Amino acid sequence: MANQNILLNFDRNGANHTLENYLKRKGYSTLSEKIPNMKPEQVLDEVKKSGIRGRGGAGFPAGIKWSFLPKDSDKPVYLICNGDEGEPGTFKDRVILEENPHMLIEGMILAAYAINAKHCYIYIRGEYGFALQRVQQAVDEAYRAGYLGKKLTGANYSCDITVHKGAGAYVVGDETGLMNSIEGKKGQTRNKPPFPAVEGLYQCPTIINNVETLASVPWIIDHGGAAYHSIGTEKSSGTKLLSISGHVRKPGVYEVDLGYPFMDFLNKDCGGVIGNRKLKAVIPGGSSTPVLRPEDCEKITIDYESIAEAGSSLGSGAILIIAEGSCMVKTLEVLTHFYHHESCGQCTPCREGTGWLHKIVKRIEAGQGKMEDLDLLTSITKHIAFHTICPLGDAACGPVDSFVKKFKDEFIEHIKTGGCPFGGKFVRFQERV
Amino acid sequence: MSASPSPYLTQESEYNLSEDVVTKITEMAASFPEKNSALIPALHLIQDQFGWVPPPTIKQLAQLLKTTPNKIYGVLTFYTMFNLKPVGKYHIQICRNVSCSLLGAKHIIDYLTKKLHIQVGETTADGKFTLTLVECLGACGMAPVMMINDKYYENLDEKKVDQILKTLK
Ligand SMILES: Cc1cc2nc3c(=O)[nH]c(=O)nc-3n(C[C@H](O)[C@H](O)[C@H](O)COP(=O)(O)O)c2cc1C
Ligand code: FES
Repeated sequence: MANQNILLNFDRNGANHTLENYLKRKGYSTLSEKIPNMKPEQVLDEVKKSGIRGRGGAGFPAGIKWSFLPKDSDKPVYLICNGDEGEPGTFKDRVILEENPHMLIEGMILAAYAINAKHCYIYIRGEYGFALQRVQQAVDEAYRAGYLGKKLTGANYSCDITVHKGAGAYVVGDETGLMNSIEGKKGQTRNKPPFPAVEGLYQCPTIINNVETLASVPWIIDHGGAAYHSIGTEKSSGTKLLSISGHVRKPGVYEVDLGYPFMDFLNKDCGGVIGNRKLKAVIPGGSSTPVLRPEDCEKITIDYESIAEAGSSLGSGAILIIAEGSCMVKTLEVLTHFYHHESCGQCTPCREGTGWLHKIVKRIEAGQGKMEDLDLLTSITKHIAFHTICPLGDAACGPVDSFVKKFKDEFIEHIKTGGCPFGGKFVRFQERV
Repeated sequence: MSASPSPYLTQESEYNLSEDVVTKITEMAASFPEKNSALIPALHLIQDQFGWVPPPTIKQLAQLLKTTPNKIYGVLTFYTMFNLKPVGKYHIQICRNVSCSLLGAKHIIDYLTKKLHIQVGETTADGKFTLTLVECLGACGMAPVMMINDKYYENLDEKKVDQILKTLK
């Protein structure tokens, strides 16, 4: 595979999480060798030049986000690493947290240096017990070795990291929900503006980035922003972790150069669709991104522009493969249940609307739908999307609109025949890898 | 007008936070810029001690963090990981989200309800198992997935479920 291993630069079967192993891979050398000769602005400049876009889902360029911090504030600046990883289909940050935690820590120290943050938080979803343990161990090791704490090894700078355990709520993955959660509140989201860069955690300027974004920073500073920019495409630079699941022979976490052809990835790297079935549908970037039909996927490359052109989004890089023989209405029923369950309840359109969406899809699946239901679904999404504080409402609408549009025949068949043509169940695939 | 307190908050019993937990919570509260940041970590500690978050501990916690029981109750009920009532010795949480569903989560759920003679949300009469459905656990590549207490079990089928249950005494 021509793809580079920037984040997965280790033997996937070894004990890679220790400081000793990370040092063997030249870990912390960026911090101890490059930083003494670099000013914070230079670090920020390299990240800007790299063009790296946020890997949490929204794809906002990290360097530009960092430069939104007010220059004249005398409040402390906080850096938060978002390890909530709740978007269904996504399990890529877990690999970094469990297998390569020191790379994340080094990235956070470098980012903290660039934005003048003295205190950082790593927020990890509560279910990730093993990741929490590994990251805490790594943080402790880094303190003992002098990479964290007062006056870091090789630099005239201090940086602290606190690991924070989540407690189960998808909406906390949103940056403002996450800050409320660290403050010990319900994880409900906040109105923007003020943006976190101006008024975030404890009302102080705050930068929040995804695990993968921050873990890429050591490589960027070590090799230079231009070198990172030369990987991938013009508008989607660098490598991306992909977590692929569903009806695929070799599910798992892969690292590819952005711009990699999707069908090559599916068929060559991941072994194609399970059970020699035909591909029926692909959700390309986590459950919130619109579904694609096989013909939409033929020509796409894995990067922000190409998937957007096809009508969806690279999102968090979570690819879901659905094989022929699966019921799309049932699949949507599972997804709408999720958004209804996870709505934080602040905004009426989302709190009520997601419930209606689920109820209607459920009755279509049960064979009790009416033809008007299809228009009803799309009229409800119109009233949810962009009428809420946070994008959870929008996220719920992406799948509904796209499933109904792209698999309309199947919805109509459910309604006309008064039942599920697939027997209301998902097919069971015997073949496992 | 004052809202009447939730019945959940008025139950009385003899749950006391252990000295160790109180010390840890006090230390944590001092380590954050705002005391209240220790709330969620504290609730985790309480659940570690009792297996759930008993109502009387909320009052104790409110005193430690200088907040009100109702504020804590709001937070407690917002997050799915906190148990509002006792759960079995083994809390089985099965993922019902999309990747797991596509690969047979329903079969595993049906199998477990039959085998344990309980419905989803219930606890077996001997207090050994509680069965809950949860959303994506972030292990979709190994679907179907379940958690028992804080351990993940992946790539499940009926045979594997049998083997796992046998090891739980
Ligand atoms: C409902 C919701 C859930 C989210 N979940 C996550 C998540 O689990 N992990 C994450 O990194 N970003 C998540 N995000 C995006 C964050 O709000 C934020 O954009 C991101 O952490 C910024 O980091 P990045 O710029 O490095 O991507 C979520 C957003 C929303 C609206
Ligand atoms: S869908 Fe079950 S773990 Fe993600």
